[in-house]
Amino acid sequence: MDLTIAMIITMVGASTPILFAATGELVVEKSGVLNLGIEGMMLCGAVIGFAVTFTTGNPWLGVLAAAAAGAASSMIFAVLTLSLSANQVATGLALTIFGLGFSTLFGQPYTGRPIGLFKSVFPPELATDPILRVIFGYSPLVYFSMIMVGVVWWFLYRTRAGLILRAVGESDTSAHSIGYSVTGVRYGAVAFGGAMAGIAGACFPLILTPQWVEGLTGGRGWIALALVVFASWRPFRLLAGAYLFGLIATMELYAKAAGGPFRILPSELWASLPYLATILVLVMISLRREGSTSAPACLGKPFLPTK
Amino acid sequence: MTQKKSNLSHTRRNILKIGGAAAALPLLGGRAFAQMSKVKAAFVLIGTPDDNGWNFGHDLGRLDMLAALGEENVETTVVTNVAEGPDSERVFRELAQQGNDIIFGTSFGYGDAMLKVAKQFPDVKFEWATGFKTASNLSIYNAKFHEGRAVLGTIAGAMSETGVGAYLGSFPIPEVFMGVNAFHLAAQKQNPDFVTKVVYIGSWFDPAKEADAARALIDQGVDVITQHTDGPAALQVAEERGIIGGFGQGADMSAFAPKAHLTAIIDIWGPYYIKAVKSIMDGNWKEGSSWEGLAAGEVVIGPYNPKIPAEVVAAAEAVRLGIIDESIHPYDGLIVDTEGVVRAEVGDVIDDGEFWAAEAWYAKGIEA
Repeated sequence: MDLTIAMIITMVGASTPILFAATGELVVEKSGVLNLGIEGMMLCGAVIGFAVTFTTGNPWLGVLAAAAAGAASSMIFAVLTLSLSANQVATGLALTIFGLGFSTLFGQPYTGRPIGLFKSVFPPELATDPILRVIFGYSPLVYFSMIMVGVVWWFLYRTRAGLILRAVGESDTSAHSIGYSVTGVRYGAVAFGGAMAGIAGACFPLILTPQWVEGLTGGRGWIALALVVFASWRPFRLLAGAYLFGLIATMELYAKAAGGPFRILPSELWASLPYLATILVLVMISLRREGSTSAPACLGKPFLPTK
Repeated sequence: MTQKKSNLSHTRRNILKIGGAAAALPLLGGRAFAQMSKVKAAFVLIGTPDDNGWNFGHDLGRLDMLAALGEENVETTVVTNVAEGPDSERVFRELAQQGNDIIFGTSFGYGDAMLKVAKQFPDVKFEWATGFKTASNLSIYNAKFHEGRAVLGTIAGAMSETGVGAYLGSFPIPEVFMGVNAFHLAAQKQNPDFVTKVVYIGSWFDPAKEADAARALIDQGVDVITQHTDGPAALQVAEERGIIGGFGQGADMSAFAPKAHLTAIIDIWGPYYIKAVKSIMDGNWKEGSSWEGLAAGEVVIGPYNPKIPAEVVAAAEAVRLGIIDESIHPYDGLIVDTEGVVRAEVGDVIDDGEFWAAEAWYAKGIEA
C-alpha cells in the first residue's frame, strides 16, 4: 500500500512537466500552428526559472520568470513562421537547438549550485497520512497543471475566443474572410504555448531535481509533442495521457528497483512504450475515422492573407 | 589488461630523443622547431568543464598539467560538448591539422573516430580515456574507480540499517560491472546479508530520471545509494528523503547534499596529463595503456562526512590503505556469483582486467 502511494507521488511528479508542455502545445496546434520547439522553450524556462529562484530564493517568481522566458523564446518562432511565413517544422527544430544553446550559455554560472525544492504549500500536518499525502503532498505547480487543463478546455469549448481560435486552426481562410486576425490569434496561441513550456521547464529544477545542468529536460518536450497526438487534441484525454506516460516511466524504475520477475522487460522497451502507445492510438484513430484524423485541418500550414 | 610502464633507462631515453629529433628535423622542418619550443596539447570533452563531475575532473587535470609544466612550454586547446560517434571525427581531424602534438579524447565513445584519425596523422599522438584499443600513436588511459568503490561499499555495508543499498548506472558496461561488484563485495564484508539493487536508467544523461530512480529505490527499502552517473540528482533525493546517504561521483558533491553526502570518489587526472605531455617534450612518448588507482593518486576518496562513526571511517581507511599497499584486493575470494558459480576461490583474486573480456556477472546478493 505504502509502495503504491509512493509510486503515485513519483508518477505525478514525472507527469507534471509533460502535462504543462502538452497543454500549451495543444492550444498552439488547435490554432493551426505546429511548434516543434517545445524542448527548446522548456530549456529556456528551466534555466531562467532556476536562475531567478536561485537569486531571489522565491520559487513563485521563478515560475513567473520561466513562463516569461518560454513565451519570449516562442516569439522568435512566431515572428519567423507567422509574420515571415517560414517553414514551421524547420523553425521549430531550430528553436529547440537555440534553446539548448541559450540555456547552456546562460546557465554556465549556475551549474553546480543547489536550490531548495518548490514544496507543498499545505500545512505539513495534512500530509502525514499516506492517503492525504497523495492529495496534499505536492508542489503548487502540480495543482496548477491540472487546473490549466480545465481552463484550456473551458476556453476552447465554452468561450467565444476559444471558438475563434479553433476556427483559425480548422480553416484559416474562412476565419480571415469574416474578419478575424488569423496571425494575431496564432501569435497569442504560440505565446501561451511558450509560457506553458517555460513552466514545464521550471518543473525540472523546482520539483524534480533541484539543480541546473545543460540539457536538464532530457527530451521530455518530444514526449509532450507525442502526447498531443496521443490525446487527439482533447484536453482531458491529454490529462489522462500525461499520467499514463508518467506511469509507464515510473513503473519502469520501480520494476527495476523491485528486481525479480519485473526485470523481464528490457529497459529499451520500457523507454519506447510511450511512443509505441502513440503509434497505436494513431493507428486506431485512422481506422475509426476511415483515414482521417482529428488533427486541426490547417495544422502546420503557413497562412498567407493575400491568397 | 596489464599496466605497461615505461622502463627505459635514462641514457637510452636520451639517445632516442636525440636520434628521434635528428631524424625528424629534415622531414618536418619548421614544425619540428615549433614542437621543440612549445608543445601543443588538445583536449576533447563530451560536456563542459563546469559539470562538477567527469569533464570538470579532466579540465582540472589539464590545469594541473599547465601549472606543472609551465604555460611557456605548453599550449592547450579545449573543445567542449563534442558528441560521441562520427561527429567527433571532424573535431579530432581538425585538431590534428592545427598542429597539435598530442590530443586527449576523454570519452569512451570517441574511440572509432580517434583510431581513424590517428592512422591519418601518424606524427600526432592520441590519448583515449577509458579506451580499450591502442595503436602505434594512440595510447589509452583509465582510472581504477572500482578501488574507490570498495571504500564506498565498506561505508555502505557498515552504515546501512536496512541492509539494502543501490547502485544507479547508465548502461550495463564492463566498467559498471567492476564498480558494482567491488562495491557489493566490500559491503558484504561489513554485513554478510547486504543486498545491492542495480538500476540502469538507460540514458547517459537524464537527471530527472536519475532522481525518480532514486525515489523508486528509496521507496523500496534502499537507504544507501551510489551512482555511476555524473550528476548529484540521486544525492539530492537522498538528502530530501533523509536516508543514510550517498556518494559523490567524480567530484565532491557535498554542496548538494550536506547531510546525505557520505564521501566521494574524486578523479585526479593531473599526474597522468603531466606524464603524457612531458613525454612529448622529452620526445619519448610511447604507445601504452595506463590504469592507475588509489595508489597512484588517480582515484582519491573525498573527506568523510562527520556523521560517519569513527569505527566506520577506520574500516574505510583500512580498505583504502590496504588497496594502496596491496594487502587488500577489491576482488578477493571467495566470490560466488548470482548463478552460484565460484568466480574466485578463497585466497585467490580476480584480476581487474578480466572484467573487460568476461561477460557480465554479479556477485551473490546483487539484484540486477
